[in-house]
Formats: sequence, structure tokens, C-alpha cells
Amino acid sequence: MQEKLEEIRRALSAGIGQVQDRKALFELKMKYLGKTGEISALSKGMRDVSPEDRPAMGKLVSEVRSWAEELFAQTEETLKKRELEARYKSERVDVTMPARFAETGTLHPVNIVRKEIIECFDGMGFEIYEGPEIEKDYYNFQALNIPADHPARDMQDTFFVTEEFLLRSQTSCGQIRVMESKKPPIKILSPGRVYRSDSDATHSPMFHQMEGLVVDKGITLCDLKGILDEFARRMFTKETKTRLRPSYFPFTEPSVEVDLSCHNCGGKGCRICKGTGWIEILGAGVVNRRVLENCGIDPDVYTGFAFGMGLERIAMIKYGINDMRYLFENDVRLLKQFKD
Amino acid sequence: MKVPFSWLKDYVDIDISAQALQEKLFSCGFEVEELRYVGEEIDRCVVGRITRIEKHPDADKLKICRLDCGAYGEDIQIVTGADNVFEGALVPVALDGSSLHGGVKIKKGKLRGVESCGMLCSGEELGITDDWYDGADVNGILILQGEIPVGTDIKQVVGLDDYIFDIAVTANRPDCQSVYGIAREVAAVLKKPLKPVELTYEASSCSTSKRVYVHVQAPDLCPRYIAHYVRDLKIEKSPLWMRRRLALSGLRAISNVVDITNFVLLELGQPMHAFDLSHIEKNEICVRRAHAGEKIVTLDEKEFTLSENNLVIADGVKPVALAGVMGGLNSGITPETKEVLFESAKFERANIRRTSRALGQKSDSSARFEKGVDAYTTGIAINRALNLIQALGCGTIACDRFDIEEKIAEPTVVKTSYAQINAVLGIEVPKEEIKGILKRLNFNVSAKGDALTVIAPAYREDIEGYPDLAEEVIRMYGYDHIVGTFMPTAQVTGGGFSPAQRLEERAKRIVRGQDYNEIITYSFISPKDYALLRIGEEADRAIRIKNPIGEDMSLMRTTLAPSMLATLVRNIRRGNARARLFELANVYLADELPLKELPREEKRLCFGLYGQGEDFFSAKGICEALAAEFGIRFKYEASARPYLHPGKCAKVLLNGQEVGCFGELAPDLAEELAVETNIYLGELDYAGIQSCLTGALHFEPLPKFPEAVRDLALVCDEAVLCADLEEGIRAACKYVTAVKLFDVYRSEQLGAGKKSMAFTVTFTPHENAFKPEDVDGYVKRILKSLGEKFGAVLR
Repeated sequence: MQEKLEEIRRALSAGIGQVQDRKALFELKMKYLGKTGEISALSKGMRDVSPEDRPAMGKLVSEVRSWAEELFAQTEETLKKRELEARYKSERVDVTMPARFAETGTLHPVNIVRKEIIECFDGMGFEIYEGPEIEKDYYNFQALNIPADHPARDMQDTFFVTEEFLLRSQTSCGQIRVMESKKPPIKILSPGRVYRSDSDATHSPMFHQMEGLVVDKGITLCDLKGILDEFARRMFTKETKTRLRPSYFPFTEPSVEVDLSCHNCGGKGCRICKGTGWIEILGAGVVNRRVLENCGIDPDVYTGFAFGMGLERIAMIKYGINDMRYLFENDVRLLKQFKD
Repeated sequence: MKVPFSWLKDYVDIDISAQALQEKLFSCGFEVEELRYVGEEIDRCVVGRITRIEKHPDADKLKICRLDCGAYGEDIQIVTGADNVFEGALVPVALDGSSLHGGVKIKKGKLRGVESCGMLCSGEELGITDDWYDGADVNGILILQGEIPVGTDIKQVVGLDDYIFDIAVTANRPDCQSVYGIAREVAAVLKKPLKPVELTYEASSCSTSKRVYVHVQAPDLCPRYIAHYVRDLKIEKSPLWMRRRLALSGLRAISNVVDITNFVLLELGQPMHAFDLSHIEKNEICVRRAHAGEKIVTLDEKEFTLSENNLVIADGVKPVALAGVMGGLNSGITPETKEVLFESAKFERANIRRTSRALGQKSDSSARFEKGVDAYTTGIAINRALNLIQALGCGTIACDRFDIEEKIAEPTVVKTSYAQINAVLGIEVPKEEIKGILKRLNFNVSAKGDALTVIAPAYREDIEGYPDLAEEVIRMYGYDHIVGTFMPTAQVTGGGFSPAQRLEERAKRIVRGQDYNEIITYSFISPKDYALLRIGEEADRAIRIKNPIGEDMSLMRTTLAPSMLATLVRNIRRGNARARLFELANVYLADELPLKELPREEKRLCFGLYGQGEDFFSAKGICEALAAEFGIRFKYEASARPYLHPGKCAKVLLNGQEVGCFGELAPDLAEELAVETNIYLGELDYAGIQSCLTGALHFEPLPKFPEAVRDLALVCDEAVLCADLEEGIRAACKYVTAVKLFDVYRSEQLGAGKKSMAFTVTFTPHENAFKPEDVDGYVKRILKSLGEKFGAVLR
């Protein structure tokens, strides 16, 4: 019996060294430890051992069983590890190979600017109003204090459809349409397409403007400055400053031109600001009393301010685009650069 | 408006540099668009005296001059080829390393072996004419006159040491369209006194009214007309100081009388005219509307046929000037002119503008009148012209004049208060400052406590009320005093997008999510664009611009498709391998042409795509993405458009209404465009779709019991549509919640004209769980129904 045990130990020690995979290991395990395996057979053979030798023999058999179980467990662990390593190796990928993902499209740069400006103002209580692009002369000019044959009409070369109808040359018409239909408090932004007969690197016959209007009690030039300061900081950088300087628009009095400190050089002077440190960005002013009167709003009770800016111009300044025509060519290589 | 620095200094004692003045003007509302140093081209060119002239040993035509240029060298040798030099002459000397007009550089060199350390200059080489310096037009070296210290910079001698301010004057300040107008602002901003313009003259005994009769028949178009007679004229060259002023301002001197009218125009902004009275018939001048069909030839020899909308100055027979625009050739000043009638008038600006536009005839005069000339300046300008006649000693001035003014303009009086002015600005400008600023700007100010009575100067026709005064105050006080506030008195308002605007943003987001890039194209297109798409007749329904930039941009588009196609083709031609583009923009639809009321502006969503992997169904994807996101169901039916492939074109239906169309570009059209890639193109009626959307989201309870899924492969005729089978499956069983085609198969076994379409059908239980036999029963019912309707059988 003892010899048999020794032989099992020897044979198993030798046999397990040959095992290459977990399947062979399982088969070997069955050969020794399975129900009909060699070690199990020895346990069953205990009946043939004399009663006095049984405890000692039993102990030996159980030792061999423990030893074998331990051996199988260890070997299994080793094989498992080896198999995983082999798998890891064979499944290794080149992580630098291109990804698969669903690409998303882009907003046009002018509309990114539009969106950003709206985001600057909507939190301040500005509603968005979009008026008609083909307008009446009255809304585009007369109600804005620009009578027929007024020299201020020369400030904008206008496209006409008939005597009465034209392509709006400014989004300021939105001021009138809103004030006719709504009484103060008024805070609106009016974005949209506008048209002027002008075409070169910095002018396009169609472009976009954003008009802003506030009418309420006690509104002053300082409020205009405060709102535009906030706009400049949000749209450009925290350090951006505004500068007002006198100008003329028939529908505002006083009228101002608003410059921003150059976001590129911080005001020291560079190529972008032509060395002045300032970039002209919009026109604004205190709403002319006549305009309020034209809309049935009492100018002795209410005052307001208005501002208007060109979106293409802001896009060009913000993104460093040097020719407005690029914005209307719609080359997909340009469009894809503008993620919002 | 071009203003010479030296001229401004005639009226204001300016003690700051031109650059500093530029800043000052900028701050008070006059942007100097360009500040140009007149002598910018000329450097190291000084006055020298020729001390000795010798013959060149090797060239007969050359002379060797020795020059005394003072501090620059007392004995400089220069070789010249000019004939008019002589010993003792003062001449301009371009020294070694100097630069001249036109960017010419002068360096020391040898001429036929003799060293020459510079060059003697002609007027032309300095960039000047006789208007700058007498003798400058001479062919040869410019011989300087009088005693000038040697070594003096030549720019100081010939009038080039000066600056020109090119100033942008806003449309509300016509009074600043002149040197004196700007000088008034300069005086105010520098807090210096303004010297008056010389207006006095001595009249003779001769009389205007005895010589000619002047009357105004159209006072509405001519609020003031002044005519003054001058005789015994000697037409000659103007003095140098006047010619130089004109030259600095970019005008050519002609003769004293003409130069005086131009000088007064520049100085005071009042256009002047002088009629040669010998050509005035019947001794009469009448300001009247032209007779229809009346003709005039203007000074520049252009003929115009006039209408009653045009104002003319006529004699007893014919028009002699197109009022405010240009004089007639028939009455202009000639060297033989002996007597003239000076005109200083205010013409109504709108009429001048219309006439100038209608006839396409412009002049410095019409430009001024269009901007507006004030009646006050009309009055002083005539005196200035006569003062200059006297100063130049070129004529005898009449003792009387015609001054016809229908209604004498009253000065504007503004009753306001310090508080009202400050309320516009939002800051407290001290009372003394307000008063001081207005006074410096020549407003007459009387204050009583807080109340102010302000009379505007006669030339400030732009002043209407206290906001104008607030602007005057702040532009002089300084906009840097304005401090930002955040509408402390305003009420809180809601703000943000309307529901419709929010939906639009969402629609764009969905389309972008499908890898489409947004484009923006012009709203106007060409009749050719319609023709290209074979929808030429559509052009007749489009709104036409009266004054387009060109025919290519003359129609307001009624469809976005042409612009999209052009953009796709441009991208293809530029070698961009693929593109998915969209535009959400208005089309302009007139119910009636010509327009009687505002047209409908409707938003359309146009999309276009090309490139590897794109086909009809990837184009359809954008519709389905929108439908899925907005929770709506589109139906599709085969359709046709002249520019789309007849077999690959679908119309899109929502609730039975057509809301769009898409398909593949017709192959023959692609060939016409020399495009080899397949292009897909669609246009959806965004406004129509949006009107069916609520934008509201609501929760659909999850099914309580498991769903059952069955795949059904159905064999049917080719003519049976996918949508028919889908609808058939849904209609046959109320538990069907999804039907999705996953395969189409054709084979010989199935037979010609047959196809197999395989669908995954999802059944969702309502109140009770399905038993296995339930679903089998539903499938049987579906098959039976499809067999009856479409002859479809299970494969």
C-alpha cells in the first residue's frame, strides 16, 4: 500500500509537469482524484487493510490526497495565469489607431457669434425679436427719424423693391415694430439679415446685425455704458474695456461709437487694432425723443438706449478672419473649424 | 473734409502739435481719418546759393555748380544740366541721401567723371506747381525769390511744411463742412478765442438792382437767394497765398473770380456761383423749376434734359445754371468777363439730392447742399466773397443787393435745466461746466437757478432740444466721465427665446447632430439660378430688387435649393471629398407683384450632401432624425422635381400635407455642372413642420409585460412598397408597436418581378402578458391580411 502511494506521488509529480492546458489538467485530476481515480480507489481499498494498520494508512492516504489537491490547485493557478497572459498578448491593440465616433456638424461662425451675444443678454432680461427682412420705408427710415431725402440715407446704400418696400438696411426697424406693439419696460435684442449695396473685403451686400433696445423710466447713457461693459467682458475677455466717443445716428441723441480695448494686445497697439489699442465695434446712443413719440411712448416719462452691431465684423475680430467674403463662401474646411 | 493745419491757424492760436490736435478732435466727435504731412516725400532738401558755375570739362550740356548751403556745407559741388541757373541764384538743393517727390532718392555720384554731391531741383521734382510757388512750372531749376537764409528746409519755403487733416464729419454737422466750421470746434475744444473772418468791403455807387432783376419763383426749394453785382473785373491769376490754399485743399487755381468762389466754399462751406452778366439775357435772373424737357449744358459740357423736379437759375430766356449743382456753360467766367453777378444761396437739400441722383451729376456744390447749408452762412459768405474781391483789387462792388428770404429763420431756443441735461447723461456735470461748454460753442446761455434758456448759434440747424445740448456737453466734457451703471431704475423683465425660437435652435441642434455644417448664403439669387434648376418660370414669382448690385443678385429667393447646389458644387470643385451642409433661412413669397403689402417670409430648412457612403437613404436620414427628435412621423411618396433624379425623389408628408422634398440631383444636370459625384439635395418647409410641433415632452408608461419580437420575410411583387407592407402589418394587429425592414432579397428562385422583404416586428402587450400562442395568432392574422392586400406570402 505504501509503495502504491509512493508510486502515485512519483507518477503524478512527473505527469503534472507535462500538462499544458487546463483541459489536460482536468483530465489528470479526474485520473487521480475523480470518483474512480487512483487515490479514490485507494480510499476504497482501505477495507482490505487490517484494522490496526487502518489509522496509519488512512492518514497516509489523506496526506497524499491533500498533497495532490494542493498540487492541482497550484498548477491550475499557474496555467490560468499563463493562458491570460497569452490572451493579453494576442489581443493587444495599437491604441494610436483612429477612433470610430459619430461626427457632429457645426454652426456657421456668424451664428456662433449670434448665439454668444444672445447668451450675454438673455440673462439680463432681453427678449429676442425677429422682424421682417423686406420692410416698409417707414420702419427702416421714417419712424427712425430719417425722412425721405435726408442725408443720413447716404450712410447706407439701400436696396429697394418698390417706392415703399425695401430690403432693411439695419435691424433698427425692430425697435419701432417692438415699441408699436409693446409698452415699457422693453428690453429686446433683434438679430437678423440686413442688406446694403456694398461689396468688398469688409463689406457684403448681405450681412447680419444685432440690435439692442431698452426703454424704461430713468434710463441713462451710464446704463448703456454699464451694459456694454458687461457685454465686452463676456464676449471677449474679463479685461476688455469699452470707450464711448461721439457719433451721429438720426435715431439716437446723444449718439456714440463704441470701441473695445483690443483683445489681442490689451490696448498697447498691434496689427489688429491698427496700432490704436481700440477696435470699433458698434454704434449706440440714447433713443431719440422723436422715435419714442413716433411709437406712442411719452418721452417725458420714458427714456431708453439702443445699440447695433455687425455680427460678421465681430466674428472677423474674434476669430481673426481677414476677408468677409470667406464667411459666405461656405467652404466646408472653414465651416468645420467653428465648433460651438 | 480736408483741412490744412496752416489755414486753421489763421483763426485759432493753436499751440499744440497736429497729432495732439487730432486726438482732441477725435474726443469731441471729429474723427481724423488721415493726418498727412504735406511734405512727407521730401527729405534733406534745402535752400542753397550758387556761388560759382564752371563748364564741365567733358560735356557741353553740363555745368559744375558750387553751392553754399549753410550748415549743410558751404562749398558743395553739384553737376546740373539745367540752363536757367546763374551765379548768385537761390535754388532747392537735394543733398546726398535726400528723397524727393515720387520716392526718388538722391545719392552722391559722378557725372561724366565729375563728382556731384546732390541735385538741384525743379518744381516738379518737389511735387509742386505754380500754385505752390511762382516759377515752379518753369522747365528747369526752381529759382527762389527774395532773401532766404541758406540751409533753410525747402518745405518751409514752398508751402510743403504743413499737415492736412482729413476729417469725417457726421451728417448732423453740415456746419463743419468747412475750414472755419472746424476752426470753431478747435477753438472750443482748446478753449481759445476764434478770430473772425474778414467780411467788410467798400461799395461803389453802382447798383445791382439797376443792372439786373432777380426773383425767386420757387421759394420752397430756395429759402434764401442773395445776388450781388461786381463790375470792372480784371480776370487774372490769384495771389500765391490763395492759390496755395486751394492747392493744399486739392483744388486747381483757375482765375481770381472762380478761385474766390472756391475759396469761400472751402472756408465757409457755402457754395458760391458767379454769372457772367454779359451772357444773361433780358437782364433777369429767375430761380424757378425747370420746364419739362428744358435742356442745359453744364460747365463740364454735359447736356441734361430737365423736368419740373429740377430747380434752375434762368435768365429771361434760358436756364443758366442747374441750381446748386453746376453752372451753365453759357454763362461761365472767361478771361474776357468784365462783370459778374455773385450768387450765394440756400437750396433745399432734399431737392438737390434728388436732382443730383436723378441726373447723375455731382459737384462740390451739390455735395455741400445735400448735407445742408444754413441761411446764416449764406449771408456771411457773400460778404466774404466781396471782401476778397476788394482784397485782390479786381473789381468794383455794387452798393446794393438782392437778398430774397421768404421766411427769416428764427434761432432755435431750448428751454431746459441742468437737471434735465444731466438726466440724459446719468452723471452730475457741474453747472459751471455745462454753461462754459455751451458758451464756448457759441450758444447763448441764460441761467436762472436750475433753469436754462439756450439759444443755438444760427449755423447750428441740427439743434432741436435738450438731448442735443446733452450731447454737446458730454462730447466736450469727455465721455470718459460716463461710468457704467446697471439700469438701477429699470423693471425686471423675463427675457430669452420664445418657444418658437427655442424649437428652431433645437432643430438646428438635431441637424448638426447628423454631421451637417451650417451655411449662410445670400438671400438674393439670379434668374439664371432658376433656369439652371429648370424652374425658370418660378423667377417670375420672385420679388425683384429695383437697384441690385447685378442681375446675379436681383431676385429674392423663393427656394433655398439653388444656393445650396451652388455651395455644394463650389466645395466639390475645391476638392473637398465630402460635405453635409444645411441652411435654415427665409424664402420670400409675394402674394401679389408688384408688392402691395409685406411678403410672407417663411423659414425653410435646406440640406445637401455628397461624398463616399452618401446615398438617397442617408439623405432621408436627416428627415427621420428630425421626426424622431420631434416625435412626429413623416410619410414619403415618390415624387418629381425638374432638377432631381426621377427615380430618386421623394416628397415628405406630415399629417397628409406636403412639407418638403429631397432626392438625388438629376444625372444630366450633374453632367451639365461637370460634377462626377452624386449630389443629394432637399428642402423642407420648416415653418410648416414647426406649426405641427408642440415641443412638449410627456411620459409614456413603460410596458408592464415583456414584448415579443418576430422576424417576417415576405415575398411580394416588386411594385409593392416597403411603406405599404409596414402599414399593412401595423393595420392588421393593434399590438404592433414597431416595424423595421432589415433585408431585401431577390433571386431566381423567387422569380422575376418578385422580392423578399424581411421585417422585425415588435408586439407590445397592453393589460395582460402574451401567451406564446397569442403572438403566433397575431402573425397568422398579419399574413392573412398581407396576402389579401398585397399578395405577399411568408418566404
